[in-house]
Amino acid sequence: MSAAETTTQAAVTLQAEGSVARRQTWSRASRWILLVATLLGLVVLVILGIDNAIVGIPSLDWDFLSNYPSRFAERAGIRSSILGSVWVLVFTVILAIPVAVGAAVWMEEFAPQNAILTTVRLNIANLAGVPSIIYGILGLAVFVRLMELGPSILAGALTLALMILPMTVITSVEAISQVPPSIREGSLALGATRWQTVWNHVLPGAMPGILTGTILAVARAAGETAALIMIGAFTFIAFDPSLSFGGLFDSFTTLPIQVYNWTIRPQPEFRANAAAGIIVLMVAVIGLNALALVVRDRLRRN
Amino acid sequence: MALAGPPDGSDLADALRKRPLRRPGENLIVVALVLCAAVSIATTFAIIYVLFSDAIGFFREISFWHFFNPGNEWQTLFDPRSFGVWELVLGTVNVTLWSMVIALPLGLAAAVYLSEYAHVQTRRFLKPLLELLAGVPTVVYAYFALTFISDDVLLPLLGGNVSFFNSLSASIMLGVMILPIIASVSEDAMASVPRDLREAAYGLGATRLEVAFRVVFPAAISGIMAAILLAIARVIGETMIVAVAAGSTPNLSLSPLESIQTMTGYMLQVALGDAARGTTDYTSLFAVGALLFLMTFVLNVAAQIIVRRFREAYE
Repeated sequence: MSAAETTTQAAVTLQAEGSVARRQTWSRASRWILLVATLLGLVVLVILGIDNAIVGIPSLDWDFLSNYPSRFAERAGIRSSILGSVWVLVFTVILAIPVAVGAAVWMEEFAPQNAILTTVRLNIANLAGVPSIIYGILGLAVFVRLMELGPSILAGALTLALMILPMTVITSVEAISQVPPSIREGSLALGATRWQTVWNHVLPGAMPGILTGTILAVARAAGETAALIMIGAFTFIAFDPSLSFGGLFDSFTTLPIQVYNWTIRPQPEFRANAAAGIIVLMVAVIGLNALALVVRDRLRRN
Repeated sequence: MALAGPPDGSDLADALRKRPLRRPGENLIVVALVLCAAVSIATTFAIIYVLFSDAIGFFREISFWHFFNPGNEWQTLFDPRSFGVWELVLGTVNVTLWSMVIALPLGLAAAVYLSEYAHVQTRRFLKPLLELLAGVPTVVYAYFALTFISDDVLLPLLGGNVSFFNSLSASIMLGVMILPIIASVSEDAMASVPRDLREAAYGLGATRLEVAFRVVFPAAISGIMAAILLAIARVIGETMIVAVAAGSTPNLSLSPLESIQTMTGYMLQVALGDAARGTTDYTSLFAVGALLFLMTFVLNVAAQIIVRRFREAYE
């Protein structure tokens, strides 16, 4: 092969000529071309973020955070949508995480290695790929209509809980499978039962991974819009959700829905409101992602 | 089983799995855990039941042939109404096509860079940053697509050639959204190509670029295919970006400059209106939803099969 010949020559003279020089130049150039391509998506996002900050920051004041939505752009705020988002997310986590971790523990620690386990695995992998709007239809048909919960906080939380369930099961399974078998064997050898082993040794060991997965799932649910619009949460809310059991059945709105509402309005004044809402939403989402990274690093080190 | 020879890891695990639970309460715990796992199976059945039971109601009124006849329009607002789903499917194909034109070269370039060029430190820093692109709420991309891309860039640039709502603005943002999926899954595939192949190529005098594109890239092609299928599944299921920026006019066109409507865009439109339960408008939501579900299901299963096959090839 001629390539081999020419390279030997290049190694001797250290200064490549002709086709070898051309190939090396291309190779050196490709590093920078590929780096630029890698960064291009991020650059677009940063430019859009800066542009958005210029439009949105003037509207971002205490009034914006503490006012209810309004027909008048300068008076409209995100109070009810922030409270709605927090409320729905709290219940989503309460509903989804125990079930997800329970399913993952069963799959990793108790399930017989047979066709049933394979089916459950494949099923969860497929559910993770189901579009969020389909979960919205499910929520509409089952929680809103069949169980007659209406477009309530509980219906929203149940819908989002089903939506984030597959991804939290997958991250929990991964976290549990990374706990070394020697820890289980040591515990079992000392006479602990299987559940004692799981509860006292496996779950604490898997905690960083489970926590990271949970935070990322919350970040995803916090930005979800389509599924909640499907269940009927695109409404005008000018009251705080009540902090009681009955509050679960109140209707609600969330921050992404409010941003959507302002985005599709034809009046240009609302553009600044949408931009300001996006700043709040992005701070929350990036904050959650950063928190997930910190939690993973810190707990792993301990 | 253990008698057949010295127990290896899996035999031991199997033996421990069969060890009796010595505290009676533990059986209840295991039952609870099984129920947790059963929730996921129940969810799948519920999705299928909900979609298809109402879709059947739809097909009692609108014939299958009418629905899938490419000659029929999708026109549900006034009489005579017509439910030819191809206009919506083609809207979905339109944004899929143009978002892939944007995301595929960039995503694959990123995968090659991260896997073959980047220093370990650089990769550890860049990968989470890139993955953040997939974590941005889609309503944020939707707003960017409509106000910045369409209003501030495309309209001044292209003038009367482009409509205010257009598939291109949505496709650009969809492309940015799926970049990390293509990059991440392809990078995993490239990273699992055995080192021997690279070393053999370097030994023959290949440059880094040649090793990346003539050795690693072809060896990882099945993983790359899986990445593309997963990215397509993400695009066709995405709702907010297309509903806000691509328009709401069903249109048999693959042009990026026209206003179109996708399947998900139509579904959101029905949800925002108040179609009464049992009407054809309401059941059409489930018919389109069922078709969308089938399409994403096929893509996801195909991706899984490809990933599994390529993993077996090297391990």
